[in-house]
Order: sequence, then structure tokens, then C-alpha cells
Amino acid sequence: MKIHEYQAKEILKGFGVAVPEGETTETSEGAAAIARKMGREVVVKAQIHAGGRGKAGGVKIAKTPDEAGKVAAGILGKTLVTAQTGPEGRLVRRVLVEETLPIERELYLGIVVDRASASPVFMASSAGGMEIEKVDEESPELILRETIRPGFGLQAFQARKLAFGLGLPATVVDQASQFMTALYRAFEATDASLAEINPFVITTDGRLLALDAKMTFDDNAMFRHKDLAELRDLNEEEPLEIEAAKYSLNYIKLDGTVGCMVNGAGLAMGTMDIIKYAGGSPANFLDVGGGASAEQVRHAFEILLSDKNVRAVLINIFGGIMRCDIVAQGVVEAAKTLGIKVPVVVRLEGTNVEQGQKILSESGLNFTVATGMKDAAEKVVALAREA
Amino acid sequence: MSILIDQNTRVIVQGYGREGSFHTQQSIKYGTKVVGAVKPGKGGTTQDNLPLFNTVAEAKSAVDPTASVIFVPPPGAADAIMEAADAGIPLVVCITEGIPTFDMIRAYQFLSTTKTRLIGPNCPGIISPGKCKIGIMPAHIHRPGNVGVVSRSGTLTYEAVGQLTALGIGQSTCIGIGGDPIIGTNFRDAIELFNADPDTHAIVVIGEIGGTAEETAAQYIRENVKKPVVGFIAGQTAPPGRRMGHAGAIISGGKGTAREKMAAMKAAGIAVVDSPAQIGETLAARLAQVASR
Repeated sequence: MKIHEYQAKEILKGFGVAVPEGETTETSEGAAAIARKMGREVVVKAQIHAGGRGKAGGVKIAKTPDEAGKVAAGILGKTLVTAQTGPEGRLVRRVLVEETLPIERELYLGIVVDRASASPVFMASSAGGMEIEKVDEESPELILRETIRPGFGLQAFQARKLAFGLGLPATVVDQASQFMTALYRAFEATDASLAEINPFVITTDGRLLALDAKMTFDDNAMFRHKDLAELRDLNEEEPLEIEAAKYSLNYIKLDGTVGCMVNGAGLAMGTMDIIKYAGGSPANFLDVGGGASAEQVRHAFEILLSDKNVRAVLINIFGGIMRCDIVAQGVVEAAKTLGIKVPVVVRLEGTNVEQGQKILSESGLNFTVATGMKDAAEKVVALAREA
Repeated sequence: MSILIDQNTRVIVQGYGREGSFHTQQSIKYGTKVVGAVKPGKGGTTQDNLPLFNTVAEAKSAVDPTASVIFVPPPGAADAIMEAADAGIPLVVCITEGIPTFDMIRAYQFLSTTKTRLIGPNCPGIISPGKCKIGIMPAHIHRPGNVGVVSRSGTLTYEAVGQLTALGIGQSTCIGIGGDPIIGTNFRDAIELFNADPDTHAIVVIGEIGGTAEETAAQYIRENVKKPVVGFIAGQTAPPGRRMGHAGAIISGGKGTAREKMAAMKAAGIAVVDSPAQIGETLAARLAQVASR
């Protein structure tokens, strides 16, 4: 689960991570008022779940309260298109108004979970303000890494290694060590999957602060963090994906024309791949789960078909323990209830497959029964082309 | 003719609820020796003719299980893994999907101080056809034979196994290692076991986007494996930054793409197929090649 910069900063502050002074608002008048209260130069930052805001004009400095109001008016209610939003961009509903700082150096701090060592890894880099992936690609030697032993946390010596490695002056090493320890504690306590301070700045008067902050939480751990779960901003998510999640369907919208409904994540990805291999393009990823009840099939259909780009649908169910005749029944009922117009190709595998196929072909509906994934993909791609 | 489990494997069940009992009954029907279940508070009683125990340790001393299968819901699943390892169960198969990553970080650390091997979590389990089935996979699609199958996915594995069986090619053991970012047994471990098993003659590796486990396995195969290997990577068309169903299936920071994995596997001499429909036929062709040499 992603959260906004201002939310991440609030959480981090609670753990003792130093952040600039600031407040959020949804109006330009509010921005002016915050700036007036602070009585100094401010920076107005668009709050959306995507990076690259600065280059896209979503981060602006204002010297006076009036200017803060004007700048905020130019950002709020606008659709910001950044390198990470995709061409459709994101509507800005809120801005963070913060004090500006006399920056001496911009650095990077981040924590992620490393799969290979099954441990969190603390990363630090002198190349602050740049995308860390780019740094890793172009000059990996600039990224310092410390593997954290679970249960022990970030040790003081590890923080010192990172701080000296960043070339911080000896006078701020203790301060840096405290900053990093607080960041790690926040990471572990919130079940985060990512915590990133980019840039992590040292000011001309020797203070260390999180100029920006990004946190992502482990969805699987949200059951024990009700307070964090409330920070979810549905405005930042695809409406169809939210709708799908209500029915325990895992749906991700793509930009092709062949809708697909599959049981199991791996097979769902494999189905997208074989559609592409057959010359088509998948309109979505949709995993109906290991089970797939008649009701889920109906909801899945509804979601698939609300994507107007879908010209044909492929249902690929490897039933295994599930009975194909029951799946087929569900598909027929859903198609009847919803009055489906687009051609539907169904591939069923598992127990009672013949009965299932019979139910489909005798339903009088526009079903094409396929045998095997290859046959299914070729048929659906051909139908999508004709449609 | 198998790895990790065979006709002598004695299994207990942790989390004998609706799902757990259904799949346990399926396993028993298949011939798996299930020797009990752990249900805290119900120790000393029986359910479905299985003796129940309060703790894994009790079960261990009473019925000497050699494997445990876990269906415990996510909040308690990592604890169940550690309990089984602490009791000295050599093989633990965790089916549960949705365990918090930090719980698995701790369980992984805990396991490293024991001799227990964990398969999963978030996996279909393991089957040695004709001998033993621990997990939720449909038994009837399998057939005893000499091909080892290892995969991060459930239904995609069934797809591959279905293709093999339809071509008359049986399997020594099929392992679903799980779709989570932190898992007990990775590709490399499973491939090492298959490589050492004289009755496994060829290996199918089904990977997916996210992480670098496939690359690590490819490196191992290049250096150590002479048996024919066929590979497929799911998610060639997956967009970056999106989690594709599995918690571990995500391209992040441009890393973990299908393209990189397929290139590493090809460089290791693995027959990498672009379409999941070609897994069976490609393996058949590889086996025929070996036979004609």
C-alpha cells in the first residue's frame, strides 16, 4: 500500500526522524495562510502517489504568502503528468506547504527487503535527488549497503559505516546515526516494504533532514495496522481495481483488446503472454483465485466488460479439483444475466471437462470452446481482430 | 524416483480447518500417510479418524511425523512454521497465502538455526506422483515418471504437468516453491536436489517476474547440470511496478523482468519457451534428443 509524502513524513516524525516544518491544504487560500503563519519562504509540493513531481511542475518555491497562494492555485486541481504517472497523469487534490532549507548536500537513504538474504537492506548514497535505480545502473559503486540482521535491527556501527561512507563530517555522524536508526525503527514497526528519503539533506548549519519521504507498506500486514490502513487514498487507484478487490478478484488494467479471466496468478500471467504470442494484446490481468465461484465469475465479467477496449474475452480455467461443469454453469449464467455481446472463448481443464464444454456449447450463447491454451489464444485473438 | 517425499513420508497437518481438512482427505485418498493433525485445545481427541494434538512437539513424540503441511491462516502461519521446525520436523510445507513479509523474515532466520527445510509459503505444495501428495494440487493430472518440475506458481504448474502427462511423460516430483518474495526453498535448492536424484532425467523450471532467483538458478545450471532443462517465465507482458497477483511477482526499479530472466536461462543452455503451451512438447523434444545421442 502506497501513501503520500506528507503522511510518510508524519509517521517518520513520530519515530524521531527529522522532517521540515510544514502543513497540508486542499485550497490556495489555505496555502497562503500556512505560508503567512510560517512567515518565511516556503515550498509548495503536490501530493500524489508518484515521483518526478519537481520536473513536472508539481513542486514550486514561494517567497511570500500571496505567491504561495498563487503557486498552489496553479497546482491544485490540475492533472500532473510525471515520468511515473503515465500519460493520463494524476489529479492533484492536496499540497504540502513546507519551510525551505539552506541545503549544503543532497544524499539518499533507503530501506528495502532483499529477497536473496531474506533481510532488510539499508542503502545510502551520496547521489541524492536522483532516481536510485538510475544510480544503480550508472554508478553502482555510489550505493552503500548494510544488511540488517532481523531481530537485531540497524546497529550503531552499521549506521556509522554508512555515515562515514557518505563523507559526512565527523560532527554530524552521531546525528546521522540517530536519524538512520529512527528510520529503520519506523520501517520495521510499520511493516514497510520500502522507506526512502530522497533527498536526505544536510543543511549549511549542520542539520540533517528528510526533504522528501516515501513509504510503502506490506499489504499482507495491514490487518495489524488499522491506523495505517486508513491512510489509503482511493483517489490514487484505478476504480476498476478497487471494485475487483471487493470480490477478492485480482485485476490490473492494461491497454490491450483481449480481456482475460484466469484462475491463479501464474496462469493469468501466462495467459497474457500467450495472447501476445498469438499476435494480440491483453486488456488486463485478472486472477479469480484458486476457486472461482459462479458469483465471482459474474463479478469478473462485469469488471472485464466495463473496459470499453475489450473486443473479445478469454476464460482460461485450469480447474484441477474444481469441477468444470460448475464453472461452465457459472459462466453461462453470468453471460445471460449481463447480456454479453463480445465473443467469449472458454478453455476449461479439470474434472468433468466434457460436461462443462457441453453446457457451454448448448447454451445458445456466443461461446467458442477451445482445447488447450494455444488453441484458446489463437481463437480469441482472431475474434478480437474481427470485432 | 523422487525427491524430499515418497511412500514412507509421514505427514501431520497444522491448521485442520475447512480447507485443511478437505485437502488432507484428498491426500489420504491419494495414498499419503497422514498420521495426525495439530489443533490447540483439542489434543487427545480425534477428527476424521486422525489423532489430534495440542502442539507439534506432542505430535512429534506420539506419531513421529517426517513432514508437516500448514494451512494456518496468515496471522499465525509463520508461528506454525517455527513450531514445526522447533519440534524437529524435517520437511515443512506451508500452503498459506498472505503471510506478512516481516513474519517470514523472522521465520526464515529461525529456520536457519534448525535442520528443517521449508517449502513455500503461498504454494500448492509438493507431490511425488504415485507415492505421496502434500498440498492442494489436483492429483489426477500427474503421472509417475522421471521429470522434475519446479515452479513459483500453482495453476501454471498444473498446466505444465497436464501437458507432460498428456504426452505420456511422467514426473518424479513436482514442487511449487511459492509466489512470495521470501520462501524457504528456492529454484536453486530444488534444482540441486533434482540434479542429484538419479531417477530425475530432465527438469522443468517455471519462473515469473520479480526477484533474481531464476538468474541464480540459471548460473547453477550452467555450472552443474547436465540433464535437459526446459524453462518458461510468466509475465513477459506484465507492466513494471505492478504486483501481478503473487506478492513476489513485481518488476521493481527495472529489475526482475521476464526478458532478463529468459536471457540468463538461455545463456545457461536451458530451452526457454516463449509460450506456456510449448513446455510439454519442448521437453519431449529434448528427451528425444538425449535418447538419440
